[in-house]
Amino acid sequence: MAVDYKVLPDSRGHFGPYGGRFVSETLMQALEELEAAYQRFRDDPDFLREFDIDMAHYVGRPSPVYHAERWSRESGGAQLYLKREDLNHTGAHKVNNTIGQALLAKRMGKTRVIAETGAGQHGVATATVAARLGLECQVYMGEEDVRRQSLNVYRMKLLGAEVIPVTSGSRTLKDAMNEAMRDWVTNVDNTFYIIGTVAGPHPYPMLVRDFQSIIGREAREQMLAMTGALPDALVACVGGGSNAIGLFHPFLPDASVAMYGVEAAGDGIETGRHAAPLSAGRPGVLHGNRTYLMEDDDGQIIETHSISAGLDYPGVGPEHSWLKDTGRVNYVSITDKEALAAFHRLTRLEGIMPALESSHAIAYAEKLAGSLPKDAKVLVNLSGRGDKDIHTVAALEGIRF
Amino acid sequence: MNRLNQRMQALKASGRKALVPYLVCGDPCADATVPAMHALVKAGADVIELGVPFSDPMAEGPVIQRAHERALAQKTTLRGTLEAVRRFREADKETPIVLMGYANPVEVMGYAAFAKAAATAGVDGLLTVDMPLEEGGDLNAALKAEGIEPIFLVAPTTSPERLARICAVAGGYLYYVSLKGVTGAAHLQVDSVKEALSRIRKLTDKPVCVGFGIKDAASASAVGALADGVVVGSALVDRLGAIAIGANAKTEAESTSCDVLSPIRAALDALVTRA
Repeated sequence: MAVDYKVLPDSRGHFGPYGGRFVSETLMQALEELEAAYQRFRDDPDFLREFDIDMAHYVGRPSPVYHAERWSRESGGAQLYLKREDLNHTGAHKVNNTIGQALLAKRMGKTRVIAETGAGQHGVATATVAARLGLECQVYMGEEDVRRQSLNVYRMKLLGAEVIPVTSGSRTLKDAMNEAMRDWVTNVDNTFYIIGTVAGPHPYPMLVRDFQSIIGREAREQMLAMTGALPDALVACVGGGSNAIGLFHPFLPDASVAMYGVEAAGDGIETGRHAAPLSAGRPGVLHGNRTYLMEDDDGQIIETHSISAGLDYPGVGPEHSWLKDTGRVNYVSITDKEALAAFHRLTRLEGIMPALESSHAIAYAEKLAGSLPKDAKVLVNLSGRGDKDIHTVAALEGIRF
Repeated sequence: MNRLNQRMQALKASGRKALVPYLVCGDPCADATVPAMHALVKAGADVIELGVPFSDPMAEGPVIQRAHERALAQKTTLRGTLEAVRRFREADKETPIVLMGYANPVEVMGYAAFAKAAATAGVDGLLTVDMPLEEGGDLNAALKAEGIEPIFLVAPTTSPERLARICAVAGGYLYYVSLKGVTGAAHLQVDSVKEALSRIRKLTDKPVCVGFGIKDAASASAVGALADGVVVGSALVDRLGAIAIGANAKTEAESTSCDVLSPIRAALDALVTRA
């Protein structure tokens, strides 16, 4: 049966049984206001022109697709291509979305933006656009992540943002998101909440996806131009899942293109110390949407583990939950150890240092390529650069600066 | 008729203001909750809102967040909360109990199974903070089938059109959130509560209890003069949370509950006498 992927979510933000708007009454009006603003501007030529100009001249798009020949040879199978989101201004795909939402904030007359961040990439991207548009900016970040990602914390401060360490709960991304929601409820009149991933209450999963879909739209044209055909497979890492949805979405109707979303298996799925709700969780309600979650038998959210702060999240965007259930996308997982090995391998073979998040996609793509013929093409989303992770990698090797 | 609706009607008939204390089940320890609930009733509580501990209480300020953390550290979750209600009911079959919590624990138990277990334990109402009307159809049907009333928040930003839809489903009372923000935030603006209540009264004759920002006799008196009742949350939770876990926790929870609630009860009753 043909599925029309373009019509989802429905008018209430549902992707099948997932998504929706599970928030306190105190946030309903703010979300309705945001939805109305987005419906008004999403097809507005002026808005789209401004977005396109920023993407081209500020972010540096289109990001290239690179045929990693040496890495392909070493992997012993399919040809591996990288969509170079690491080359964007600020070093990751996150900026595509923060620019889109900041332009929306400006049109809605908001003077202050807030964000949650895990690895710090979304925080940096938010602080960057806030600096440029002259908006006040506060970023919530779990205390544990502040420690792990001190370089990005300092970058945000340099950009004029205030980083607020969050000490509640597990002190990571999920708690930062709780705290940002609390701020938004309190300051909703002048504040726009820039959510960094395709999760949260409707309309966030839809609007973040729409802004990030520029990745897949470009990649589709680039692959056709470079190779004369669509890729056989797409691979992207999945935490909340914004870079993966951004790559996958424009390819969803292309039945010949297989898709792999790579979750963080941490110490291994069997150890329970991981961040792979699609691989080992079950559906529930958190952060405004129904989706696969890491939860216990009492419905309490359990702590996650991943070497990469950006994947260390117990939920996932609701569209991914739906794509899992429909079988359109395969969700797999990669351990900390495998991701770290892939980080080193890509760095040494191609002179490209991937973020630890993206290293999960790199690791799975190598495995996949090995099982495919040499003329098959695998396109991997290199969602961010690894500079921010140098301290983490060095510490694991016992090096202190 | 449901115990909660009955109680709200009786209060209205007698002109008495509803005093609704909120505490988190299992805070500061599991065996303090039921004694505290009985003490609250003795001190004049008309309805008890019992918080169901959740790992991610998104709408709460720091005071109630920490209460959820303490209760979870004591391993109290939804099942433990239902068990506390069951034990409370052994001695009190009159005081209505409203559970207040987040959607996920109920999702995991299953709506029908939850509603049945809650009704058996003696629960009268459920306020699911992150389950707005639009998402709550199946849950609310399951609750109604077991005689449990769905309770809804109404915010300063709730439009008349939404309020009408909420009133069509809501049981018990409307819980008017007097502030923008999380629980326990800043202080009350009585004028804006007054203005909002007169708007709400034009649309419904359901009883309205006001929460968020009511912390003592003075604020309760100011709001009580306008509303059908007041919810006292953070002010009570703050005091309960300061109790050290140990042999004395039960008696301290009892005396603390009485200390916090008695002056507020007196202030609310003075309103009636004056009228």
